[in-house]
Amino acid sequence: MAIIELENVSVTFPPRNRRGEPVHAVQDVSLSVKAGEIVGIVGYSGAGKSTLLRVVNALERATDGRVVVDGVDITRLRERDLNEVRRNIGMIFQQFNLFTSRTVYGNIAYPLEVAGKSKQEQRERVSELLRFVGLFDKALAYPEQLSGGQKQRVGIARALAAGPSILLADEATSALDPETTVEVLNLLKRVNTELGVTVLVITHEMEVVKTIADRIVVMEEGGIVESGSAFEIFSAPRHAATQRFVRTIVDDVPQEHELEQLRRRHPGRLITVSFRDDAATQSQVFTEIVRAGLEFELVYGGLEDVRGRSFGHLTLELRGETAAVDAVVTRLGELVPVRDLGTGEGAAR
Amino acid sequence: MSILDGIRDFFQPVIDLQSQFVSAFGETLFLAGSGLVVGGFLGLVIGTALYVTRAGGIAPNAVASFVLNVLVNFFRPIPFILLAVALQPFSRAIGVDGIGTGHAVVAIIFGSAFGIGRIVEQNLVSVDPGVLEAARAMGASRWQVVRTVLLPEALGPLILGFTFAMVAIVDMTAVVGTIGAGGLGQLALTEGYRQYQSVVTWTAVVIVILIVQAGQFAGNALARKVLRR
Repeated sequence: MAIIELENVSVTFPPRNRRGEPVHAVQDVSLSVKAGEIVGIVGYSGAGKSTLLRVVNALERATDGRVVVDGVDITRLRERDLNEVRRNIGMIFQQFNLFTSRTVYGNIAYPLEVAGKSKQEQRERVSELLRFVGLFDKALAYPEQLSGGQKQRVGIARALAAGPSILLADEATSALDPETTVEVLNLLKRVNTELGVTVLVITHEMEVVKTIADRIVVMEEGGIVESGSAFEIFSAPRHAATQRFVRTIVDDVPQEHELEQLRRRHPGRLITVSFRDDAATQSQVFTEIVRAGLEFELVYGGLEDVRGRSFGHLTLELRGETAAVDAVVTRLGELVPVRDLGTGEGAAR
Repeated sequence: MSILDGIRDFFQPVIDLQSQFVSAFGETLFLAGSGLVVGGFLGLVIGTALYVTRAGGIAPNAVASFVLNVLVNFFRPIPFILLAVALQPFSRAIGVDGIGTGHAVVAIIFGSAFGIGRIVEQNLVSVDPGVLEAARAMGASRWQVVRTVLLPEALGPLILGFTFAMVAIVDMTAVVGTIGAGGLGQLALTEGYRQYQSVVTWTAVVIVILIVQAGQFAGNALARKVLRR
């Protein structure tokens, strides 16, 4: 069942001054998130992903379309009724946004205070959460005494305090170093698997969605340009923006300057073959090459694992009679996707 | 004649006015205290209202924002001695004498409220908007955001702002000496300045300096405690 349902949502900001143009931050976006999913929204800054995220808890109001969260149409809800809805939606931030005037304990207790829970209830819930995020010994510390990773763990505990069924993560790891990022992502995964919380993550880091997202949505200029399972997006990106993103962490086809260097060292025919775990196997490909009596060498690329499924792009140099090479390239093309990069002279791309 | 006798002679006018100094000291504290407490509270309300109603604020309201700004900009630049005199009809209208301590209290509250209002607004602007957004995302109402996040997060700078205002308020307490408010200002004027007794004037000055120093010290210490640095 869909826990978040966005139907043709647009968000338009009024022009900044009298002669300015209105800003169309989000345009006609439809998105359905199933309960228990981790969905990653990827886009460059200015793509509208931050605004879209805020539409879900109505920090930004949709100027058009319909927003349904947990069965409640919040599109035209009054501010007072929204506060009730927001308690069911946790949110974490790039800059953590912890209250500097409160201790770790006070930060995590805040949503419970707002909800009017008794001191006793607050104490029990906060202790539980401190244990969950592994910061029990930091209860009385102030935010400035914590490392970035610890701050974000407090942010997560605070977001979970009121027992939400949805967690919104706004670039939650972008201010963290790679090691801490992994730590926080693992925590988010536990939030999803152990507590059954639906997680909506926005980021510009592909590593983040590769690690935790079940499904990926790519945004550009306020609209969704592509969406699919993490495996589909990474193994076969279709839109140019998606391809650019995927290329930031997956080596597929060597780029122009890399190709030049490869050719200097490898004068033979270069081809890139792509594998997906549901298609032809590597052994079939290599068997074909060997059977034709060709020599080959692996010169570029690698294999990736996304959510337990593997795929990869390997660039091979084939050496032998031109006619035999041509025949093998044709034959391989019937088994797997092949990009013919040609030879140094007369590159047939 | 010993040196000690010389010193006693020098301070004789002050010694003669001993009891007046004591009561003037109390009056000054009362005037400054009422300005700081009542004016400070009104200033907090005005400053918070200025902050929340501004464009992009917690509760944007163009009309309220405009009216508040005009009001503050109208009263704040008036030199305090003129404000004190000009407010006489207002004091009478609300049943307080047009001169003396009662009117002085009204004038000081008026003067400090608008000044503090601006200081409060400036301090609130320095609060990270992300923190306010986080509170709203947690389902806090606007009023809860103001009371439980905005003001506590700005508390350190607010204390320093109030300390700063305190000096200006002590200044006001001296000015209202001219309209018979009592206090160290009036004592310095009537017994020091007009009687050509510089030693009386300077004794009053030194006491005022001590009051300000004590206030500044307390404010700094409190702010350091709240800010934890």
